[in-house]
Amino acid sequence: MNTKVTIAGVEFQNPIMEASGTFGSGMEYSEFVDLNKLGAVVTKGVANVPWPGNPTPRIAEVSSGMLNAIGLQNPGVEVFCERDLKFLEQFKDARVVVNVCGHSAEEYIEVVDRLAGESRVDMLEINISCPNVKEGGIAFGQDPKAVEEITKLVKAHAKQPIIMKLSPNVTDIKVMAKAAEAGGADAISLINTLTGMKIDVERQSFVLANKTGGMSGPAVHPIAVRMVYECANAVNIPIIGMGGISTWQDAVEMMLAGATAVSVGTANFYNPTATLDILSGMKDYMVRKKIDDINDIIGIVK
Amino acid sequence: MKVKEKAQVLEQMKLAEGVYSLKLKTTAAEYAVPGQFISIYSNNGSKLLPRPISICEIDKNAGTLRVVYRVVGEGTAEFSQLTAGDQVEVMGPLGNGFPLEGEKTVVVGGGIGVPPMLELAKQLSGSVTAVMGYRNDDMFLTEEFTDVAAELIIATDDGSVGVHGTVVDAMKENDLDADVIYACGPKPMLRGVAEYAAERGIKCYVSMEERMACGVGACLGCVCQSTEKDDHSHVNNKRVCKDGPVFLSTEVVL
Repeated sequence: MNTKVTIAGVEFQNPIMEASGTFGSGMEYSEFVDLNKLGAVVTKGVANVPWPGNPTPRIAEVSSGMLNAIGLQNPGVEVFCERDLKFLEQFKDARVVVNVCGHSAEEYIEVVDRLAGESRVDMLEINISCPNVKEGGIAFGQDPKAVEEITKLVKAHAKQPIIMKLSPNVTDIKVMAKAAEAGGADAISLINTLTGMKIDVERQSFVLANKTGGMSGPAVHPIAVRMVYECANAVNIPIIGMGGISTWQDAVEMMLAGATAVSVGTANFYNPTATLDILSGMKDYMVRKKIDDINDIIGIVK
Repeated sequence: MKVKEKAQVLEQMKLAEGVYSLKLKTTAAEYAVPGQFISIYSNNGSKLLPRPISICEIDKNAGTLRVVYRVVGEGTAEFSQLTAGDQVEVMGPLGNGFPLEGEKTVVVGGGIGVPPMLELAKQLSGSVTAVMGYRNDDMFLTEEFTDVAAELIIATDDGSVGVHGTVVDAMKENDLDADVIYACGPKPMLRGVAEYAAERGIKCYVSMEERMACGVGACLGCVCQSTEKDDHSHVNNKRVCKDGPVFLSTEVVL
């Protein structure tokens, strides 16, 4: 049985990763999950300097989902390289994808340049879709011209292949996918969270201090599948699919829609071993369906 | 060591209006210390996130944990319907507990901050004064505190029992002195207790609360403002679930 997938020349032992921001750099979850068994560890977004994030409350539960407005709190790229990348050294079987965030093109580039010499970094995921920061983030991800320009700029500096992470908060995600491809992206990942809001009816005020937050969890999964399907039929670069994946069926569905690999996000919060449970379920499915190579199911539902 | 497993419900009791006590058989009991919490998961699949609930009592021999919680929403309402023999998913123990220090201590609890102080009072050596605050005479756990503390002082918002006012009013009225003060309750109460301790030069630990998602320090959802740069992000944001929930009162902005 072959579970290996290749994205931009980088080989992953299996197509299961966790989604940026739900797993830190793996440290906290290494108590539950052997990180060496994952296709990749995708880190929390890293900026050029430490970011404090948003005020609390940052979390709200909604039906079959949640809203978050963390605001990309992170220690900055220096601490990240010295501490998080060093920690990840011990898990050689898993690839390392570093999620990069910034308020401006210059800030993205500063991080990309700093990571250029880090051999433990296999790929970069460029976050142009965070709905919880006012400047940068999603501002780059909602205009195709901006998507293409930032992709070009990052690609010119990056020493590792780049994945552009797209926002679902757009009229037509295919346009953004094509813009990323035109800018030279090696792959795209989608979807980031959908902008949502929750109001406390007793207090008659917003539940989140940020008023709005990114919605994730099983409730968004069908939207993610649709968008992955649309993008898979619009571009020729590989897609990493994510959005509400919590079971092996969700992961397989995403690959049938056209994803080469998948990321598990919110499910980690209520099932710390979700990634490995999904991998195991996917392998059982391959045996039952007599699928020798996982690559054979990618995008076969047309 | 954290475990995530189906715990068995041994007992459910209503202690006061909206306040329930749940006794669980779980291997988490083996590793638990006072001040830690467990995450309890809803059996309703549309409610994804665990409810973090403080540990009220630990029985390592019997392998049981007791939690006392207030029904504040649909999740906790569901927990209150659990009965002996039911199973419920838990993860824990989570967070850091109260350091056991001092020979003369005061443990202070307000409202649903009362429960975690019980196991602490049991495990502290020396003389423990318990100061517990309630809204009115619909109180809970007072018998247990009478058994384990040298003295129990009660404060009620409406004056129906004990001191008419807050726990801080009660501490002032009794001019309490201690080596260490421990507190859990609403933020304004913690602020008052911390000020009381600071004025008298007493070391003070507070247990904080915030909305959580992962419960293990990964998502950065439950941060509280810290006076010094935190170890994780270096931005004065400590994680309540992982770095806390117990902090020195001087470590956090109350």
